[in-house]
Amino acid sequence: MNAAPATPSMLTRPTRIRRVGRESAETFTLELDVPDAPPFAPGQFNMLYVFGVGEVAISLSGDPARRGTYVHTTRAVGTVTRAMQRLRRGGAIGVRGPFGTGWPVVPARGGDVVLVAGGIGLAPLRPVLYAVAARRADFGKVVLLYGARTPDDVLYGRELERWRTRHDVQVEVTVDRGSRDWHGNVGVVTTLVPRASFDPACTTAMLCGPEIMMRFAAQELAVHGVPAERIHVSLERNMKCALGWCGHCQLGPEFVCKDGPVFPYPRVARALLTREL
Amino acid sequence: METLERILADHPFFRALPPAHLGVVVGCAANRRFASGELVIRAGEEANEFFLLREGKVALEAAAPGRPPIVIQTLGAGEVLGWSWLVPPYHWKFDAIALAPVRAIALDGKCLRGKCEADPALGYELLKRFALVMEQRLQATRLQLLDVYGTPR
Repeated sequence: MNAAPATPSMLTRPTRIRRVGRESAETFTLELDVPDAPPFAPGQFNMLYVFGVGEVAISLSGDPARRGTYVHTTRAVGTVTRAMQRLRRGGAIGVRGPFGTGWPVVPARGGDVVLVAGGIGLAPLRPVLYAVAARRADFGKVVLLYGARTPDDVLYGRELERWRTRHDVQVEVTVDRGSRDWHGNVGVVTTLVPRASFDPACTTAMLCGPEIMMRFAAQELAVHGVPAERIHVSLERNMKCALGWCGHCQLGPEFVCKDGPVFPYPRVARALLTREL
Repeated sequence: METLERILADHPFFRALPPAHLGVVVGCAANRRFASGELVIRAGEEANEFFLLREGKVALEAAAPGRPPIVIQTLGAGEVLGWSWLVPPYHWKFDAIALAPVRAIALDGKCLRGKCEADPALGYELLKRFALVMEQRLQATRLQLLDVYGTPR
């Protein structure tokens, strides 16, 4: 067996943490100072290494036009991300990347854009909003449908409000569990699809969240006439090398790290229903 | 002028309803408004009508002793509120409260039940439409129960 050639992509780069933001009890944002950061496309991810603990794949969630900075929002759910949550401003973290495929922002030009996000899935879609806003005239209607578990779990709350006050972006937020204090929508994110204003035939849809949510959201969009090949999903698997060498993230014939994480839905729809994968 | 018949025909719930059926249904319809905070339906009371929401937002709630009401779902323009008028014993199972000023068309359930009994074709048409709403709400409830955004244990 041939050894994989050593490339800079396997080398982690020590990076300074410029800012740590708390989004909710479990969710936080790291802003990394990377003066010579390679540009990234919305939808791509970095491998972040907490020294002495381990490495995980985290999507880029900042503005792709902002050079010298990588922004990552993630949830503390495992050993590495819990250790990451304890990092502070001025601390160091290793970065490899960016890796993977991006959202079809350029092909979406000329038509409507519908983003459907669930939970932490809003983070990988946020760069799309920045990219679309930067060339707003190139797109038709822009819709963000976002579902979270509770009002306390809503990501980027203030930023969502700012997007909502723009007259050229429709933002609809819903939570699974509401209360009297919450004056927004209650119900799953798929219930927002009929309330959104877009032309299905010329819509590009980008979905990110738990796979079950994406599956139902894709079905709902298809029912409303969005062509299947224009529905894209971002998948999450056990990414290790991020280069398609190790096979940990294999999903049928695809390596999620290299061929994804963003896929046209029809390309992975069957694999997502295969229980062993 | 915006007639009740036109409003009903434009509402997603009655879209493409045959004109003959629409003419029957409109006889059971009336315009209604609810102020923000006003109770639209109350659990346990007789369910004699249902509402086609045209504007505003309504929260479906379950009252629970010793804690604030639990909001199960919110409904907005273009959606339907209430199917208990269709199913014995014709009592509301949940409260519904207006979260914002609501404009709706109220349809008299007792009146409609009588017309559906007399005209099975109309009854079947209405049942098909409510079955779709029920299926969508059931799927949404199942997804809610899955708690897909929760931390995997």
